[in-house]
Amino acid sequence: MGAGDFRHAGEISTELRNNLKKLNFPPDIIRRASIASYEAEINLVIHSKGGWFQYRVTMDRIEFVVRDRGPGIPDINLAMQEGYSTASVEVRDMGFGAGMGLPNIKKNADRFRITSGKDGQTVLEFRINVRWPGDRRMPVYIDW
Amino acid sequence: MTLVEIAEKLSLETFTANPDLSRPVLSGYASDLLSDVMANAGPGAVWLTLQTHQNVVAVASLKELSAVILTGGRRPEDATLKKADAEGVIILGSGDSAFDLAGRLFSLGLRSEG
Repeated sequence: MGAGDFRHAGEISTELRNNLKKLNFPPDIIRRASIASYEAEINLVIHSKGGWFQYRVTMDRIEFVVRDRGPGIPDINLAMQEGYSTASVEVRDMGFGAGMGLPNIKKNADRFRITSGKDGQTVLEFRINVRWPGDRRMPVYIDW
Repeated sequence: MTLVEIAEKLSLETFTANPDLSRPVLSGYASDLLSDVMANAGPGAVWLTLQTHQNVVAVASLKELSAVILTGGRRPEDATLKKADAEGVIILGSGDSAFDLAGRLFSLGLRSEG
């Protein structure tokens, strides 16, 4: 994905949502995956110098790996605070940059990990576990 | 309540070419912050906003909103309208401010939770 590519922002998430619907994933899972995916996509467009967005869907989980070319997040704890944003005035005027992106992703994910640093590459990984209605088995997951 | 009732009672302008106004409206939400709408608007909501750019369509589509209502007499950008038509997102408009429009929708019985 390209930096500042607002024209296409959201298309990956829309495609993912449509695919999950076709596969009859539970509505709550689709809702959470769509929100988290959209926020991650928008983050790439607003904040990064471009990057890669990957997701993988299996019956028991939806996993995302989002990597960028920088510029890196100097203070991740600050970035995780709701309401904190480094977005430009122009971007805020468009309704982005409310400082809700990363917290929204974390809220909707079952696993969440972000690594970054000043002048470094940011890698965001998150996962949504899929529980199918009527399935009483306890899911077993290998932790990262 | 359906979109057609709301559109008639509030004299809304229709920007979408062939909108299916029989869609049910389950709730309402007013915000110009896209992340806020992503996090908090309910499915089947009408969304009141002054944002007119393309990302409005992505949010409305992902959240499966009933329709977007542009407030204060704003009109969608051409690219927004094109994308909305492609994705089945309905865009309506009103000369009212978001405050007045939300008030009128509230008195029609609409709430932020469906």
